[in-house]
Formats: sequence, structure tokens, C-alpha cells
Amino acid sequence: MDRQAVMQQGLAETIPVPRLSPEARRRQLREKAIAGFITLMAFTGIAALVLILVFVAKEALALFTEAEARHEASLSKMFLPQVVRQNRPPAFVWQPVSGVPKVSMIPLFIGTLKTTAVSMLVAVPVGVFGALYAAEFAPRRLRELLKPVIELLAGIPSVVLGFFALMVMATFLQDTLGLNTRLNAVVAGLGLALAIVPVIFTVAEDSLTAVPRSYREASLALGATPWETAWKVVLPAAAPGILAACVLGFGRAIGETMIILMASGNAAIVSANLGDSVRSLSATIAAEMGEVVVGSTHYSLLFFIGVQLFLFTFVLNMLASTWTKRVVKKLTGSAS
Amino acid sequence: MEARELTLRYGTKTAISKISLAILERQVTALIGPSGCGKSTFLRTLNRMNDLIPGTNHTGTILLDSMDIYDRSVDVVDLRRRVGMVFQKSNPFPKSIFENVAYGLRVGGMKDKNELNTRVEKSLRGAALWDEVKDRLNESALGLSGGQQQRLCIARAMAVEPEVLLMDEPASALDPIATAKIEELIHELKAQYTIAIVTHNMQQAARVSDRTAFFYMGELVECGPTEQIFTNPREKRTEDYVTGKFG
Amino acid sequence: MTHASRRAVGLALTSLTGLAAFLMVAMLALILLDVIANGASHVTWTFLSQPPSDGMMGGGIFPAIIGTAALTLLMTLAVMPVGVLTAVYLHEYAPPNSRFARWVRVAVVNLAGVPSIVFGLFGLGFFILFVGKGMDRMLGHEELYWAQPGILWASLTLAVLTLPVVIVSTEEALRAVPMDHRTASLALGATQSQTLARVVLPGALPGILTGAVLAISRGAGEVAPILFTGAAYFLPDLPSRLNSQFMHLGYHTYVLATQSPDVEATRPLLYATVLVLLLLTFALNLVAVIIRTRTRRKAAGAH
Repeated sequence: MDRQAVMQQGLAETIPVPRLSPEARRRQLREKAIAGFITLMAFTGIAALVLILVFVAKEALALFTEAEARHEASLSKMFLPQVVRQNRPPAFVWQPVSGVPKVSMIPLFIGTLKTTAVSMLVAVPVGVFGALYAAEFAPRRLRELLKPVIELLAGIPSVVLGFFALMVMATFLQDTLGLNTRLNAVVAGLGLALAIVPVIFTVAEDSLTAVPRSYREASLALGATPWETAWKVVLPAAAPGILAACVLGFGRAIGETMIILMASGNAAIVSANLGDSVRSLSATIAAEMGEVVVGSTHYSLLFFIGVQLFLFTFVLNMLASTWTKRVVKKLTGSAS
Repeated sequence: MEARELTLRYGTKTAISKISLAILERQVTALIGPSGCGKSTFLRTLNRMNDLIPGTNHTGTILLDSMDIYDRSVDVVDLRRRVGMVFQKSNPFPKSIFENVAYGLRVGGMKDKNELNTRVEKSLRGAALWDEVKDRLNESALGLSGGQQQRLCIARAMAVEPEVLLMDEPASALDPIATAKIEELIHELKAQYTIAIVTHNMQQAARVSDRTAFFYMGELVECGPTEQIFTNPREKRTEDYVTGKFG
Repeated sequence: MTHASRRAVGLALTSLTGLAAFLMVAMLALILLDVIANGASHVTWTFLSQPPSDGMMGGGIFPAIIGTAALTLLMTLAVMPVGVLTAVYLHEYAPPNSRFARWVRVAVVNLAGVPSIVFGLFGLGFFILFVGKGMDRMLGHEELYWAQPGILWASLTLAVLTLPVVIVSTEEALRAVPMDHRTASLALGATQSQTLARVVLPGALPGILTGAVLAISRGAGEVAPILFTGAAYFLPDLPSRLNSQFMHLGYHTYVLATQSPDVEATRPLLYATVLVLLLLTFALNLVAVIIRTRTRRKAAGAH
């Protein structure tokens, strides 16, 4: 009762309130405009991705719409073996500038796969083991030194890595391995490895350090050696992240251009020999776009290769980000 | 300023329910209660800081000068200029002492240098900080001690000359001497300001406030003159709390 | 297996991981040493201040330095506002669980993975053949003016390429600004945009600068995107208009390394060019690392 009385002390009746003051209204409008502008800016990222696909695909579209291009570069001519010379078995040949253009993409795929395979064979063990060292075994001082060094390695422009592969590694490898051609899949692949090792290292190291300390302590307390702890407890816990690291590295390797353009020899040879020169999808675009007639079939073909590169890396990226999310989810128990 | 039947939910969880409480003019109202009782949440609704937390919704009204502060015609920016707030943890901007105090004035559109100087000095004097900082107004506010930082935050809130000052455990992170200074300050401020202060320290509530409201489990249990609450509470729960039986 | 042998195996494998780490450092050192050993003696004032001569077999790289600088400057002007505001949207303005924000994030992640050569195709297909052509038609240019490779289109292409770098570092920087500062500002009656301009962005400035520097370092070294959008083989004149072609350190490296008639004669020039390019990108990276560690230390000290 008394409480009620006390409460009524300050009461006043609600009176009809005035409208929003003009000043406040102006302010609200301005805030809305600013928020709208910022949201619009955020749209750029999405727009860029869509526009890339649309405009690269647009230039490739002629391959499917124009009769002449369809005849000259049909899907079967691009992907199935063709009779190139009379009385020879059908083969895959990329010779877009010749009397009868030969447009098989298979040699380019093989080239890309060979260089990528070489680079992954080197970069995955080095990157993952290096990350394991940094995350598990390195003394703190050394780790703090290692990370900026890897960042510097990641900061080297790919044209410089291409130059290094071309000028130094090619000669060294030819002398030690005794290869016939100076520039080949091995040289390009190793040069490529220099570019993707930092990618793999960084992502792998991130997911390894995300593994809670308690995992390690539990394992060590059970009598496991530091190595066993790292190999059997920490690495499996971070597995999706490691996988993501490899996939991202793979994506980088497929799309990387300058290193391969400079160090692979650029001959579209179909063979299993890693010592042969190769021509990759990306390097083909870089090498041939300069001399091509805008609007020609060859021109459209190069854009079509671009579409394929875009799609491959897109899929790989989506996979990688799903797996990275999974590692976070697994280790923190929350979706984020 | 007063709340009527105010209920606030985070999603489906009710934080405070049906609070009716008047914050009387030129008096200090202390909000006490065990942690999680909704006293801070209530305080934050008074200048709509809870708007910043997604998923909150409320029913009931809060009146300031007979105007519902949640009415569409009330601009939240105007409201916060009229109802200032001081936080538990002192949070000066990484700017100079002067710029900290001048911040609210500048965002309010004040440009005149002389006017700014006058107002900053007045606020710093009001917060009993002027003598300590007048020679280093252009130094970073982060160089002040914890207690000074908190008084700077009070000065900063006062600079815009709000009608009501909300304080959310303003002294909880401070040592006893700094706390005493803040309490003394609150005592002086009530000549000009309407003050609501959340505290978990009952001695502090008893020392600084004119009226005390006891919150428990999201409800307002009892509200009255401080002396009565502490010496002769009506409710058993209030008595248990103020005598230290729980909390 | 006995404990001792388990330890021995573990130790062996552990040293293998150390070896992997060492290998990475060694490769970096090897590249640096090779470039410095072969290039340092040739980096002279003449080399830095003269255009190439004698069919690229003599002279210097002055136009390439200026071209690279102008290109990255334009790129930075284009990418910073967009990148910073996108990050601001994601961290400050997007409603929680916003679907749009999620889409933006997905797009940014994928944009970062698009091969640089595809950006080159995009620059050609979109900026030159679509936007440029459209501008020529609208502005009534009889001859090709905008619809040809030039420094503007090349820099915009690079801006799209470096957008994710800026967004990611800006968002990290925004995350480092204490929430307290935002609430304090809003409680003083500042609007959201005032809070952003006066408290949040100044607080995030070092991180934003780091992003800018990283973007510049990345953009300065990329060659594939500018192959068909504006880089020129040999052009002693400096770019003077937005549609000028330009020389570029990275492209110059590529040209010298692969298209020289006399490899031995151009070798010193090539090494010197690479050294300049490397110094440039490393200096930028170093600046970024320094700013970042300094702010991290400061942030750690403040709490």
C-alpha cells in the first residue's frame, strides 16, 4: 500500500507527444543514407565474383552459339581424341593457330595436372610438417621468427619465383637429374611448390594451433611422447583444417600462371614423363591472349579455359571453407 | 523519469518483468539486488542501450517528462543526450583528456572553441577532476589512474548536460579511496542531476542514495526511502538481502 | 615397442618436421642470396633513373618503377574505400545472422581464390570491352580511347583482386576495437556513423593501414592480371593519362627473363630488376608486419 503510494509520487499522465523534431528527422535520414551506402559497398564483393564469371563466360559464349566456332571447336574436338593426320591413330593436340586448328584441351589438362602433382608432392609434406614443427615442437622464439619468414616467402611475387625457377632451379635440376629438356614439369612444379608451401603452412598452422591445449596435456599425461601426441592426437583433431590447407594449395597451384609460363617450357605434349615440357591451362591463356584476334574462335577458347579455371578453383575453395568451418565447429563445439 | 509495467525479454528469456519504478528528480536512486537480478538491464533500458543487443523486446512504457522514450517520435540520439550513462568499467576513448570530455559536445555539433573550452572545464570541475588534469588536458586519457578515468567518464557524460545520469556500478573496479571520491562526487551531483545508480555494495547504496529499489529475479521487490529499506524493510526478501543472508 | 625406442622414433620424426621448416627458410634465403649476389652490383642510380636502351639490353628501369608506383597508387585509391566499407558493413552494420552478410563473406573467400589470370580475362572482358567500349560510345570517341588496355583498367582489375586482402585485414582491425568504445560513444548521444568515424575507424586505423600495405605489396607483384589490361613491353614515356599503357617491374622481369635475344647480356639487368621488385615488396611486407605486431602488443598491453 505504502509502496503503491511511493510509486505514484512521480507519476504524470501521458500527454500526446510531439512529432519527431526536424533536426532528429534529418539526422535519422542521414544515418539511413549512410547505412544504405555502406550496404551497397558491401555488395561489391558479390558483384565482382558474379561479374567475373559472367564476363569471362560471355566472351566464351561464342563457342556454343556461333556456327563457325561450334564447328571449329566443338566439345568433342576439345575433349575427345581427334584424327590429326591421315593414317595415324586419333590423338589430343592443341594447335589453335594452324591451317586446321586443333583445339584439344587434354594436353593442357595434362600439363596442369603434372605441374600441380609435382608441386603438391613437395609442398604438402613440407608445408604440413613445417606447420607441425611450428605449432608443436618449435621453441617459442623460433616460432615467432618462423611465421614472419613464411609470410615473406608468401610475399614474393610469383613472377620472381618463376624467374628463380627459370634461371637457377632449371639449370641445377638439369645438371643433377640429367633431363633432356631444361624447362619441364618438374622445374615448374618445384617453382610452384615455393608459391603454395606458404599457403599450406599458414592454413595448417592455424588449424593446429586451434586444437585446445587440454588435448595435448591429456595425451602427454597418458604417457605418449610429444611426437605421438602431435601425430595421433593433434593432427587428427585438426585434420579437416589440414585438408583445407591442401585443397587451397591445390587451387592456387591450378590457377598459378607466371611460374608455369616461365618455367614449364610451354610445349603441349601428351606424355607421362615429368621430364617433358608442359603447357598448362593458365599459361596458355597468358601466352596466347596477346596475339589472338578479338572475337575469333581461338579468343573464345581462351576465355573458355578461364571459365574452367574459375569453376575448378571455386569448387575447391568452397570445399576448403567447409572443412575449415568443420574444424572450428569440432573444436569449439559451436557453429560459427 | 519512470517505468511502468516494464518487461524486457532477450529472445524468450525474460530479463525483467513488470517493473514500475520512478526515478525522482534531483535525488539519487540506488538499484540493488543480487547479480543477475535485472538491475543493470533495467538501468540500460532507461536510455535504450539495450537496443544494441539483438533480440530484445519490451512491453510497458518508460516516461521521461511524460513522453514515452520508446515512442516513434523520440529519437534515440536525443534521448541519450538527455539521459547520460556511466559504465562499470571506465572506458575513456584513446584520445586526449580534453577530447574525451568534448566528445559528446562535438558529436552534438558544437564547434566554437571557446564554448568547448568552457564546457570542458566546467564538466571537469564538476567531476572534481579539474585540478588534477588541468595542466595535461592534451595528454592521453589512458595515462590517468583507474579512479581518475572513471571520473573522466562522469565528466564526459556531464558535459552534454543530461537531465538524468545513469551509473552502472561506477565504483566496482576501484580501490576504496577512489570509490570514496566517486561517492562524494555523486553526493554533489544530485543538486543538479537526477541519478540512478546500480550497485552491488549495500553500504554504498546506504551512503549515497536517497531512495533504494531492491530487485530480485527480474522483479522489483520493494522500493522506498533508503533509510526505510535498510532499517525497516517491508518484505522478508529485502530484509534477508540487506542483512546479508543471501546475495 | 619399448619406451626408449618410441622416443627415438619420435625424435627422428620430430627432427624431420624441423627439417621441413628449415627447408622453407633455406629456400627463402637461397632466393634472396642469389638475387642479391647477382643483382646488387647492378642497382645503380643510372639503373634506377634511366629508361631501358639498346633493345632492352642496357639502360635502366625508371619507367617500370614509375609505372608500378602509379598502377598501385590508382589501385589503392580504388580498393581502400570499397574494401574498408565492406568490412565496416560486415562488422558494424550487418544485422546478426544476416543472410546478405553471409553471402558477402562467401563471395570474398571465393574472390580470394580466383586465379590471377582469370582476373586478367575479367579486366579485358569487363573493363576494356564492356565499360571502355560503352564509355567510348557514350563520349563519342571515334577511335578507341577507353576501349583499349590502359593503366586505369589495369589498376581497377588489381583492385578487384586485392579486395579480399583489404576486407579481411580491416575486419580484423575492427574486431580489435573494444566494444566499450562503441557503447561509450553511443551513450553520449553519438549516432552510429559518428561513432564509426570518430571512434571505431581511428581505433582500427593501424590494422586498416596494414591491409593497405599488404594489398599494395600483393598488387605490385602481380603480373598475370595486367598482361592484357595495360602493361607494355617497352615504353620509355611515363604514363600521362588514365588510358596510357605503362611499364611494370614484374612484367619487365617476365619480358627480360623469357624474351631476351641474348640471355647472358640481359642477365645483370634482369637480376637487378628482380632485386628492386623484391626490395619493394619486402619493404612493404615488413612495414605491414611491424604495424601489426606493434598494434597487437599495444592491444595486449591495454587489457
